[in-house]
Amino acid sequence: MKIEVKIWRQAGPTEPGALATYTVDDVLPDMSFLEMLDGLNEQLVARGERPVEFDSDCREGICGTCGLVINGAAHGPQQACTSCELRMRHFDDGATITVEPFRARGFPVVRDLVVDRSAFDRIMQQGGYISVNTGSAPDANAMPIAKEVADRAMDAAACIGCGACVAACPNGSASLFVGAKVAQLALLPQGDAERKRRAVAMVQQMDAEGFGNCSNHAECEAACPKSISVDHIARLRSEYRKGAWAALRRNEKRNDQR
Amino acid sequence: MIAQSPLLDDRIPAGPIQHKWSEHKAGIKLVNPANKRKYTVIVVGTGLAGGAAAATLAELGYNVLSFCIQDSPRRAHSVAAQGGINAAKNYQNDGDSVWRLFYDTIKGGDFRAREANVYRLAELSAGIIDQCVAAGVPFAREYGGTLANRSFGGAQVSRTFYARGQTGQQLLLGAYGALMRQVAAGRVSLFPRREMLELVQVEGRARGIICRNLVTGAIEKYAADAVCMATGGYSTVFYLSTNAVNCNATAIWRCYKQGALFANPCFTQIHPTCLPQSGEGQSKLTLMSESLRNDGRVWVPKQKGDARPPQEIPEAERDYFLERRYPAFGNLAPRDIASRAAKAVCDDGFGVGSTGYSVYLDFAEATERLGADVMRERYGNLFAMYHEITGENPYQRPMRIYPAPHYTMGGLWVDYNLMTTIPGLYALGEANFSDHGANRLGASALMQGLADGYFILPATIADYLADHRPDGLGTDHEAFTTAAATVEERTRHLLGVNGKQSVRDFHWELGRIMWEQVGMARNEKGLRQAITDIRTLRADYWRNVKVGSADTDLNKNLEFAGRVADFLELGELMARDALERVESCGGHFREEFQTADGEAVRDDPNFSHVAAWQHTAEDKVPTRHTEPLDFEYVELTQRSYK
Repeated sequence: MKIEVKIWRQAGPTEPGALATYTVDDVLPDMSFLEMLDGLNEQLVARGERPVEFDSDCREGICGTCGLVINGAAHGPQQACTSCELRMRHFDDGATITVEPFRARGFPVVRDLVVDRSAFDRIMQQGGYISVNTGSAPDANAMPIAKEVADRAMDAAACIGCGACVAACPNGSASLFVGAKVAQLALLPQGDAERKRRAVAMVQQMDAEGFGNCSNHAECEAACPKSISVDHIARLRSEYRKGAWAALRRNEKRNDQR
Repeated sequence: MIAQSPLLDDRIPAGPIQHKWSEHKAGIKLVNPANKRKYTVIVVGTGLAGGAAAATLAELGYNVLSFCIQDSPRRAHSVAAQGGINAAKNYQNDGDSVWRLFYDTIKGGDFRAREANVYRLAELSAGIIDQCVAAGVPFAREYGGTLANRSFGGAQVSRTFYARGQTGQQLLLGAYGALMRQVAAGRVSLFPRREMLELVQVEGRARGIICRNLVTGAIEKYAADAVCMATGGYSTVFYLSTNAVNCNATAIWRCYKQGALFANPCFTQIHPTCLPQSGEGQSKLTLMSESLRNDGRVWVPKQKGDARPPQEIPEAERDYFLERRYPAFGNLAPRDIASRAAKAVCDDGFGVGSTGYSVYLDFAEATERLGADVMRERYGNLFAMYHEITGENPYQRPMRIYPAPHYTMGGLWVDYNLMTTIPGLYALGEANFSDHGANRLGASALMQGLADGYFILPATIADYLADHRPDGLGTDHEAFTTAAATVEERTRHLLGVNGKQSVRDFHWELGRIMWEQVGMARNEKGLRQAITDIRTLRADYWRNVKVGSADTDLNKNLEFAGRVADFLELGELMARDALERVESCGGHFREEFQTADGEAVRDDPNFSHVAAWQHTAEDKVPTRHTEPLDFEYVELTQRSYK
């Protein structure tokens, strides 16, 4: 196969960027999309040009490192598929493919197709865990958890933190990412003690990082390589409301006592 | 009699094996809680071992600096482990115990691991599951709400805990959460997108590291009271492996060249259930969890070159070769045995697929017995991944699989405290050599990473730190300046070659040599040839490699170039180690040493030891040291899974 790619090239976060056009020959249908880009980079290096920078690591759809907007869709045209899992057989011979970075205010471009997603780590630091020190755990079977509950928690926990939900959202919202973690920990009894504080703190951090709010487009679910359901955003809102209400009550009580 | 090298003091405590760890812990020196924050510990790598260690050390009160090459600690390659984690909980009441897990692991490793280490691992396994559940890891459960288990290769009990096909991901996110909590508490400083390029020693102790900031290209210096390497394994030396494309050996290789001994480099594991190679442009091989062998049956046609679609080949014309050769363990034979058996049938011409180098993994029988829904629940994500990659639907036709390099049992030599031969330098998880002998059992890597990170290192490091009070050493010390200059010189050298061949071409060629001569089956002639070929290739690399753009900021090709330069040295050491180990054991199969029916033949009197290599000088043959392995509790037998 012969493929024409229009790729976003940008030298740095504050530099202007533009699409550049390249032709890649000898593309095989079983190649992954990133292997096609590897081939392009080999050509560029041979010609003494600067290769296209893009992030990837596991190349089997689980680490969440890769993330490209391919023909306008985060992770490309296939459902439930990361950029690294996408195969060239889904494109026609001679096709022109546009490749851009994940764009959002919360994800500044580092270079070319590489973006900075460290905002996700900072959101997690606000409560994406259960506060338990190593060595203080009771026997694992001491607390039974219904299979249905564990399965639902696992559905939410499958998030790979790639950021496709943000890239797909017209508001640049991270609600699905935050909702997935809040839902996982709210469903499990171990997470109960901190659930009210957690939802409020994580949402506040999401706002502070410049991510937008959710207005029910559900583009995030469609783009999610793990098909994480927008139902988790509903749970996030419920948790946030309860948490915000509890915080309000605490403040009122404090004011009454003054 | 195998000589005990004076460099290799294993510090294994005396006393009965059941009490070694508890008595050792009781005797370890402690650091006063008020003093812990005055100590700085560097942890390189944020996988299960590194992430768990960094979080736990911070919980204890130490000041931790955590480094990773990924853009977030959550992406470390532990995330890709699929099948599960072993623990001797005996929740199934099927006869499991700490002793049995210990025995299975020693036997699975073909009697080339330390008894004391493996016993401790088995002993700690149950606490790992408790810790992970408390941290919110959504393990699979039964309807009654208790934890579910599955079976795995090399064991006759069901002791593997799992979270669908994403166990590594879920365990890693648990450790990552704990790490993030400590970042928020101000006790861990995170340094993502950093690659460690040098170890800094002051007065013979590990005191810091030099890193390249992968975004700005700046060479950065960090000082500490101790340094922990949790940087994973080196399977990408084969170029095509199941590892992530950024996995590399550079960090541990720097430690080796600084004087840390490298143990059993030739012990590498070839995983039996991976997707077969399809083309030249391929960047990696994808693993399909070994858990598939629970319900999948491995076979090839009885007739050579049978081109019929698999569904049309009648039962009587199929050779279920694992069930035939190993009736007791069948499709659950250990990884090294299953891999070699698949290679053997393909070498004999019975392989399937366009290249003739793959075998069928068939779920038809299990699907009929359990129903498609159960199969979807157990393996849904794996089946979907297979479908996307190959374009074939595994619900309808058998998968095609072939072995691929996966895990490296070898690594930095460590004592019972996980300290290397450099004082103050520790190695954890896959980066060390300690627990899996010559072959790792499935679902044991996650167990070892977390045992090292959550429980062992946080206890043993105090013993060292208590004797080495913080002295205010800063990165202005000349040792840091010298080390940083070495790193910069190496980068300049790489960029200055400006030859004709790409980094990838060299890596591909190295991988080909390694796979053919230092892969699943090895022999003296091939290993000698490999050493010559690698040396030639390495010399050519420094004359002929083209890194391309000379930019020293974000430049992934430059990162790869540095890693391949190190692989070209490591590959030679692996071949040398394989040549000197004149026996077959576990994943190290020397064709000269096998039984009539192709089983490995060990040489216990001469090779029941750890081989640890000491760097001498560039391009010189390193020195081989030995640590004898004494087996007090298990009887050495020929492994039999028949």
